[in-house]
Amino acid sequence: MIPACPLRSLPRGEAFRLDAEPPIAVFHTEDGQIYAIDDTCTHQDASLADGWLEGCEVECPLHASKFDLRTGQVDAPPAKLPVRTHRVVVEDGTIFVIPSEAPANLPPGVGVRPQGAA
Amino acid sequence: MRTVAVVGASLAGLSAARALRDQGYDGRLVLIGDEPHRPYDRPPLSKEFLAGRMDEADLALETETDDLDATWILGTAAAALDPGERAVRLGDGRTVRTDAVVIATGAAARTLPGTERLSGVHTLRTLDDARALRADLAGAERLVVVGAGFIGAEIASTARALGLHVTLVEPAPAPLAAAIGAEMGAVVAGLQAGQGVEVLCGTGVREVTGTTRADGVILTDGRRVPADVVVVGIGARPNVAWLAGSGVEIADGVLCDATGATGVPGVVAVGDCAAWFDPAGGAHRRVEHWTGAARRPAVAVRALLAGASATSGSSGSDVRPPEPPYFWSDQCGVRIQFAGRTGPGDEITVEEGSLADRSFVAVYRRGDRPVAVLGIDLPRPFTRWRKRLAAEALQSAAP
Ligand SMILES: Cc1cc2nc3c(=O)[nH]c(=O)nc-3n(C[C@H](O)[C@H](O)[C@H](O)COP(=O)(O)OP(=O)(O)OC[C@H]3O[C@@H](n4cnc5c(N)ncnc54)[C@H](O)[C@@H]3O)c2cc1C
Ligand code: FES
Repeated sequence: MIPACPLRSLPRGEAFRLDAEPPIAVFHTEDGQIYAIDDTCTHQDASLADGWLEGCEVECPLHASKFDLRTGQVDAPPAKLPVRTHRVVVEDGTIFVIPSEAPANLPPGVGVRPQGAA
Repeated sequence: MRTVAVVGASLAGLSAARALRDQGYDGRLVLIGDEPHRPYDRPPLSKEFLAGRMDEADLALETETDDLDATWILGTAAAALDPGERAVRLGDGRTVRTDAVVIATGAAARTLPGTERLSGVHTLRTLDDARALRADLAGAERLVVVGAGFIGAEIASTARALGLHVTLVEPAPAPLAAAIGAEMGAVVAGLQAGQGVEVLCGTGVREVTGTTRADGVILTDGRRVPADVVVVGIGARPNVAWLAGSGVEIADGVLCDATGATGVPGVVAVGDCAAWFDPAGGAHRRVEHWTGAARRPAVAVRALLAGASATSGSSGSDVRPPEPPYFWSDQCGVRIQFAGRTGPGDEITVEEGSLADRSFVAVYRRGDRPVAVLGIDLPRPFTRWRKRLAAEALQSAAP
């Protein structure tokens, strides 16, 4: 379980990029849900935390693929693969992410940096 | 409507095919493309693919969930359109009968006259071009890029990162000046120079020298720059020659209304070959960007399907105007994003970040109205501005 950020520092409609390996994006939707997915778009190298949040969907800021935050499914191309989702718990006002054990769908040309590397 | 033919099997054609199925068209669908390849993505050709970080499989545009139920005719060009006969004639003599046509034949790279006889001179538009350039760069030390539009500037940056000595030559005062204005183009010139690219603006190329293989260029100011490889990146012209005699009106591209409909009923045009009427600018313009080729086909297909059901053949009134043009470019280790359109005299203010940090969002205003936004390495605020421009464009188009 990784502590992400205090709940009050993530207002509704906002996103937070957690510097994990690979990075994780945490979203607080307008209707109060919190979701975590891999931050890197599965299409190419863009950060989904920088994307456009609408309902339970995030639109990639680069080529506008849409991902369902609940399932990670692609709702609009060009992305071909779903983005990995992570479980979230809120305890004592802090958002925690439980990283998924499933393999990440990283885009071509983007590798996972070895732990601890800069 | 029983058959729709999509001519051009790349991004705009594939997007049109998807839009047809998404919008409920269940008749026969034929895609005709002159390249032998399944639809592939071009932007990486000057970036990750050229750098060797992506391979050909990564370029595929189709997804596993695509279920187009289409007939593909690849490796064969459309040679003529005969709307009266409702037919597309193919280069190999065959004819495809069809009730409607989506024109999506894109554009081809312009070449420098007189360079055809020389090896070592490249343009970059297709996968085959990219393979050839990648192979040629592998053995080269000095590259001259003629033209600092997006593709030229990206190739310069990629080749520099591969370790080549690169000279970027541009007659305009700055790189990307036509798209983002000279003032912000100068910022890009600074990024290129900072990476070690020699940027020569305000001068053109008079001649590419060499007997069988290019060995350099002579600039309009008389200077000579040696080169092992020369890339010509001086824009693209729409692939519309095959439409001669079809009755479809052609200027710089296929003339369309603001929904992609041509003057010929049952014929729409999308992507780089199409000059849609731009209500904001009051003129027809081609938009040669990925996002336009990916998203506008849904608008054109709506017009096509509405036209098929309306007796007048006019496009439906519920058709929304297209979003302001958007493009991105990766070069010099930064991501450039731009939305809207700029013209001379626009006032530019930096709204977030700073030029010094090479990370900022700049907004272009005409009078008090924001008309365009440029982002360098700040996607989040850029996207908010882009959405705002789109919302304002929608509002001002509302009756
Ligand atoms: C190297 C490169 C880098 C780019 N980078 C970016 C970028 O970073 N950002 C961005 O926004 N945009 C970028 N673009 C632009 C983007 O790729 C184009 O806007 C997009 O490809 C247009 O799609 P299209 O389907 O309209 O045309 P095209 O992709 O040109 O496809 C048209 C297809 O039709 C075929 N065709 C032509 N004539 C016929 C015929 N008579 N019969 C049958 N088929 C025919 C062509 O061979 C081609 O396969 C880049 C383009 C290139 C070349
Ligand atoms: S990088 Fe996200 S859609 Fe392309």
